[in-house]
Amino acid sequence: MTTTAPIRPSRPTSKPPRFDAAAIRRDFPLLQQKMRGKPLAYLDNAATSQKPQAVIAAIARYYNSLNANIHRGVYELSADATEAYEKARGKAAQFIGASDPREVIFVRGATEAINLVASSWGVVGIKPGDEIIVSALEHHSNIVPWQMLCQWQGAVLKVIPMNDAGELDLDAYAKLLNHRTRMVAVTHISNALGTINDVERIATMAHDAGAKVLIDGAQSVPHLAIDVKVLGCDFFVFSGHKVFGPTGIGALWARAQLLEAMPPYQGGGDMIASVTFEKTTYNVIPAKFEAGTPHIAGAIALASAFDYVNNIGFDAIAAQERDLLEYATGQLSSVPGLKLLGTAAHKAAVISFNLDGVHPHDVGTILDGEGVAVRTGHHCCQPVMDRLNVPATVRASFAFYNTREDIDRLVAALGRVKEVFG
Amino acid sequence: MSDLRELYQEVILDHSKHPRNSRALPAANHHADGHNPLCGDRLKLYVQVDNGVISDIGFTGAGCAISTASASMMTEALKGKTVAEAEALFQRFHHMLTGAPDEQPSEDEVESLDKLGAFAGVREFPVRVKCATLAWHTLQAALKDQPAPASTE
Ligand SMILES: Cc1ncc(COP(=O)(O)O)c(C=O)c1O
Repeated sequence: MTTTAPIRPSRPTSKPPRFDAAAIRRDFPLLQQKMRGKPLAYLDNAATSQKPQAVIAAIARYYNSLNANIHRGVYELSADATEAYEKARGKAAQFIGASDPREVIFVRGATEAINLVASSWGVVGIKPGDEIIVSALEHHSNIVPWQMLCQWQGAVLKVIPMNDAGELDLDAYAKLLNHRTRMVAVTHISNALGTINDVERIATMAHDAGAKVLIDGAQSVPHLAIDVKVLGCDFFVFSGHKVFGPTGIGALWARAQLLEAMPPYQGGGDMIASVTFEKTTYNVIPAKFEAGTPHIAGAIALASAFDYVNNIGFDAIAAQERDLLEYATGQLSSVPGLKLLGTAAHKAAVISFNLDGVHPHDVGTILDGEGVAVRTGHHCCQPVMDRLNVPATVRASFAFYNTREDIDRLVAALGRVKEVFG
Repeated sequence: MSDLRELYQEVILDHSKHPRNSRALPAANHHADGHNPLCGDRLKLYVQVDNGVISDIGFTGAGCAISTASASMMTEALKGKTVAEAEALFQRFHHMLTGAPDEQPSEDEVESLDKLGAFAGVREFPVRVKCATLAWHTLQAALKDQPAPASTE
């Protein structure tokens, strides 16, 4: 495998590691592209990330030379595909600090992972009158499956409130916890505002109350070194496409003991040990939760994405993203009429804002005309918008391949908005 | 930038900042809600129809510049028109915005729309067509007394 990303020290050093952004950017073919005739400033990484050549090549290599269905053929090709798929599971486990690859279930993404837990764990773990806690910062995908579960089981959904800065109120959370609480499902990092939640503390408090904890890692896996043992959660979910891997692949991690006690999510091939019309017995984990042919190419290419990220190292990534966040926050704060939304003390490189008197949708169109790609809208977080009393925001979200120049282009393009709207 | 000037014409900016007929008509005999899930725009439209003629029309709600200007200019264009004329105007407006990319709307077509011709630039921004047509979809729902909110989806 070839990647031009230079090897980075993985231990913190006294000086922040030098970061060769130009070399890194060359690894991403799409970043070389123009948008509306201008160089692309891609600032929508919280929606999805771009893919390095190594990941794209891994997909092509799989279909060129390895494609066969897994866990079934006796021929060599099928055995090789199975091995590559299972090796990818091992890498996924390693990437999030899990010691047992059987604890990693490949799914379509964070959304499917949460639905799996709500459907499978939920229908045995939740009884009428039980309580499930989510937070005010959640993406719709960490709200709606729990609402559905509450409806099925007659349970009650409670919400940890947040302050105006977009930080969760953990005192209020403490008051929500009680002997009826069965599940606390919170996001590690808010996709709408960038808040990094103290999930370790949230998990400890939940466990003290006897509840299980699910952490939505969709936004944290691309930016922070994850160790599920340190986080202390019971379930952890993420999407491959946000961590420089393909769409359609992601993972659920849960302790083996929990997974073994849970009923299957979907029925079909691969998840069974034996089938007769009278009785079917289920396979062991992880196969029990992977009915049907999975996204084999996706899992293998996701493992390449992990290799790529590990090669750069989270120390270097964190240093670069901290610089981008500080620089962008400073530059944007000096734009007249611009209001930052989400000013938590502990924040990832995500900046939501609004311009006085201009609807975010119009801002987005004008930035698009300048080759600057941002997300505008509610970011699948309508409750966050309602809480901040705005219909929508403009959001710039960064990855390690972004540069200060991207931010300068964003700020210049906001000047264009002023020109048009006066 | 030239495309953007086409999109955000002076008349559109003017109507977005100072929307006309932006008021509730609680006694109107037709009304409907409109919603554009993409940008969260919400609109409430009130239409008073007497003997097949739109005698008064107003709207409330907040949205982007394109959807606000479109609602404002639609209400201006429709006051005094028959329901049949309103329907025909919408068909022409819609064609101007969504006709195949190679077939530019004819001069006549744009001209016949009068001020509404200012929205011709929206064609170049397909994701914004829904903003420009939200008020019109809501109008159709109101005239048909559709109970469910009109949606651009
Ligand atoms: C915090 C968070 N959770 C969950 C999701 C859902 O991820 P996916 O659509 O990949 O399933 C997202 C994606 O935007 C997210 O930002």
